[in-house]
Amino acid sequence: MEVALFIPCYIDQLYPNVAVATLELLQKLGCTVSYPLQQTCCGQPLANSGFSHLSNKCNENFINNFSDAGYIVCPSGSCTLHVKEHLESQSHPSKAEKIKSHIYELSEFITDVLKPKNLSASFPYKVGFLTSCHGQRGLHLSSMSEINEPSFSKPLQLLNNVKGIEIVMPRRIDDCCGFGGTFCVYEEAASIKMGKDRIRDFETNNVDYITGYDVSCLMHLEGILKRNKSRVKTIHIAEILNSGTNG
Amino acid sequence: MGKPVHSILSKNFIADNDRTDWHDETLFMVRKKRDYASNQIPEWETLRQWASQIKAHTLSNLDHYLTVFEKNANANGIQVHWAANAMEHNEIIYGIIKQTGISSMVKSKSMLTEECHLNEYLQDKGIQVTDTDLGEWIIQLRKEHPSHIVLPAIHLKKQDVSDTFHQHIQTEKNNNDPKYLTTAARHHLRNIFIKSKLAITGVNFAIAETGGIVICTNEGNADMGVHGAAVHIACMGIEKIIPETLHLSIFLRLLARSATGQAITTYSSHFTSPRKGQQMHIVIVDNGRTRLLGNNNFRNSLKCIRCAACFNTCPVYRKTGGHSYHSIVAGPIGSILNPNTDIKANADLPFACTLCGSCSNVCPVKIDIHNQLWIWRQQISKEGYAGKTKSLSMKMMAYILSHPNVYRFSGNVFRMTLKYFPLIIKNKLNPWYRQREMPEAPKKSFRQWYIQKQKSEFKKQHIKKDS
Repeated sequence: MEVALFIPCYIDQLYPNVAVATLELLQKLGCTVSYPLQQTCCGQPLANSGFSHLSNKCNENFINNFSDAGYIVCPSGSCTLHVKEHLESQSHPSKAEKIKSHIYELSEFITDVLKPKNLSASFPYKVGFLTSCHGQRGLHLSSMSEINEPSFSKPLQLLNNVKGIEIVMPRRIDDCCGFGGTFCVYEEAASIKMGKDRIRDFETNNVDYITGYDVSCLMHLEGILKRNKSRVKTIHIAEILNSGTNG
Repeated sequence: MGKPVHSILSKNFIADNDRTDWHDETLFMVRKKRDYASNQIPEWETLRQWASQIKAHTLSNLDHYLTVFEKNANANGIQVHWAANAMEHNEIIYGIIKQTGISSMVKSKSMLTEECHLNEYLQDKGIQVTDTDLGEWIIQLRKEHPSHIVLPAIHLKKQDVSDTFHQHIQTEKNNNDPKYLTTAARHHLRNIFIKSKLAITGVNFAIAETGGIVICTNEGNADMGVHGAAVHIACMGIEKIIPETLHLSIFLRLLARSATGQAITTYSSHFTSPRKGQQMHIVIVDNGRTRLLGNNNFRNSLKCIRCAACFNTCPVYRKTGGHSYHSIVAGPIGSILNPNTDIKANADLPFACTLCGSCSNVCPVKIDIHNQLWIWRQQISKEGYAGKTKSLSMKMMAYILSHPNVYRFSGNVFRMTLKYFPLIIKNKLNPWYRQREMPEAPKKSFRQWYIQKQKSEFKKQHIKKDS
């Protein structure tokens, strides 16, 4: 299966290990993976700040990179949702539409398209799972606490297959962590308070790691954890699924 | 003093960490009650859908239903008044009061009268209205605005109420026993109720078919006020209309469950015509609502039945308190409604949100709240209310992200700066860094790693071929 990787800008620059793990994981699962070299960003930081009118060229660049791809896979729920909801093109509307219907967040791509029988990962740690809002409520990667629906979670379905892992859910199962894009700097006080409260929820469970499918939320929590010299670390789901035995 | 903004006001609120935790926990508990109550009804999602559709239909035919309502209300002996804005609303009410010559009156909960600043207006005319909803009365004594549309005094703890009552109605100092305090309030308000000759109320639902209104309270204070009054003035926004009594059952099942997790409010009272000898007035107010009605992006916000479920679930609201929203209607729905009244003064509100989407999920009439906030952000920036610094940084960002070479160059510069000259980034002017560490800067971007890897694999293959 041919897959084009969309690596969000901040992952490319600050968390290349997450992108490497995503690439290797997809290869292990039998995909032929390419990385379009002229990609930059989905434009979400502009649009969520109210400046979607400045994102036309950024959108066109995205389309140039990905319009030929069959499947597009991204290790971020939030960026995937942004593309699905807001990618627009004046000059190539049909290309934009095609991209929107062919882009997948990594864990949903594995559970819904690749459907592997098992994953050969092992990660013998106590891991707290952070449900990030855009992936959950936007992409519906898991059931939502507000809605009376059968319980399910695509990322947890994968993590539960990892050898040795002990998954812990926070008491408030899907309260926002307070990252929120530029919210985290423009509304610093609220953002920090929300992040600290999420962390406290995990820390009472004595976890070794907090994981999730959005590096941005994890980056925010990591920043607070490190500042407060916590022993808890953050790790992206791709790094866990790619860990342990090879092949 | 500069204009109040959410980010600063919330910083002050959060500075009291224990109170913030208490506020957050209390409202989250209300949210959990809502979850429990809604889960008891298998057809909950269907009810939401119906309620949303009934409201959509009503809004599309609002002129029709409003005139039908007026006709039927008139036939029931109710006088209907139309107010284009807050000023007209206040003047109409003042006119009625003056005409009747009544000086002692009560008011039950009405967010519309708060929106129109009726109390202040009447006070300026020398008329004192007593709010009889317990929470509203507490904040009236304190000269504050509601911090929540259903639980107006939720920012206060029982000791605050004890202090306020001690000051105003001479309860025992530091006695903060809730039963003692509510009993004191009851005795005090009872005297006011007995003297009162005029009752102002809000309206939860106005039924076009019958020309009557429905008021939902838990304290029965609206009923007590109206039953003893010679004059009843009910105030409603134009969006309170529903077509038929039949539809009411759907809204009543949704309202209290969404608001507090109760199956129904203690009182759901129908007022269809005045008692013999009583005057009944209904003031129907626009005050910017038709502007929302005419705007495809925000029309849905007029479906709101003021249950405040979006407040209780909003993590930003729970952790920053209602007064941080510097408006009468706080919370997610307020952040849609307030920029409609004054975009400049409320340009910060749609950004006081992480777009987590929980509000839209709990909304009993399925308003796509977080999407509307996203659209407001676009409008605010386009109209130049985002601030110069932000606009400039966004223009720079747009340039960088549109040019792959510039993006890669900037990325390298950023990583190298973070690695070798960290103080340029790690300083107190950087709002990320004040309470968070920066991520560790990797030497290479993923793209650099990927290209190197491609090259080495290419070489390996060639070496294999050659050997």
